[in-house]
Amino acid sequence: MPEIVYPQESGEPVVVDLQDPYWAAFLAWVWPGAGHFYQRRFAKGLLFMICILSTYFFGLGIGQGRVVYASFKPGNLRWQFVCQLGVGAPALPAIIQSMKTKKGGDPYWILCERFPADYSNPSLAFHKITPENNNDYTGETIKDGFMAPPGGMNKPRARSRVQTDTLGRWHFEGKHYFEMGTLFTVIAGLLNLLAVYDAFCGPAIITPAQREMLESKKKKKNKKKKKTD
Amino acid sequence: PQIWYALPLIVVVSLVYGATRHENLREIFAHSLRNAIWCVGFMAIIFLI
Repeated sequence: MPEIVYPQESGEPVVVDLQDPYWAAFLAWVWPGAGHFYQRRFAKGLLFMICILSTYFFGLGIGQGRVVYASFKPGNLRWQFVCQLGVGAPALPAIIQSMKTKKGGDPYWILCERFPADYSNPSLAFHKITPENNNDYTGETIKDGFMAPPGGMNKPRARSRVQTDTLGRWHFEGKHYFEMGTLFTVIAGLLNLLAVYDAFCGPAIITPAQREMLESKKKKKNKKKKKTD
Repeated sequence: PQIWYALPLIVVVSLVYGATRHENLREIFAHSLRNAIWCVGFMAIIFLI
């Protein structure tokens, strides 16, 4: 049970009991703040949980549940998911959806259906099927799933016939919310890495001794500058 | 209109960064407030444009 003591210039030194830092770091990744709760650092745990999860779920909400998805196929490389995965369990449904749709299966939690790429009316390909435009269509459809990768992206011949695809429609329908949702979820994932670091190593508090060392280094630099001038 | 999205991000990032540098809440809030003010100040200066 490593315990870190940070001496202070005045008052009591700050003592942080990290318990088992590896386990704490894992818990902090799985659920933001959980590692700190395990270390009995409740205030910080709550702060991390509120900040990171509110950012993540706000981004996921304005992106209509589509901005976090796992796809590493050529032509649809979702590199942002690597950052989003930093948030832990809240990003894991994307992996489940990716595995489910990998071999052409339908995703869980379907949000809406779209006309396929080879639909008879090319101007409606990849568009949402609504009661107004469905014309009693009963053929195969593309299904948008919550946190699922965009469907119908693996038909290059059909894609050349129409000038869009599912991902293009997501951007068009979501306007700037798709980009903003992606940004918020990516930042939430990266912020959780800071929380994981904090659970593993404790806070990066500058002790008086370290501050003194930094100041003496600064003074030496200034002296050298004056000499060269 | 896009700037309104930056403000909550500045607050959250400042708070989380402050939390990695301090252990007690009063110091965390003081540090993050200072960071947020610097950040908003820089944004205001840039918006020279």
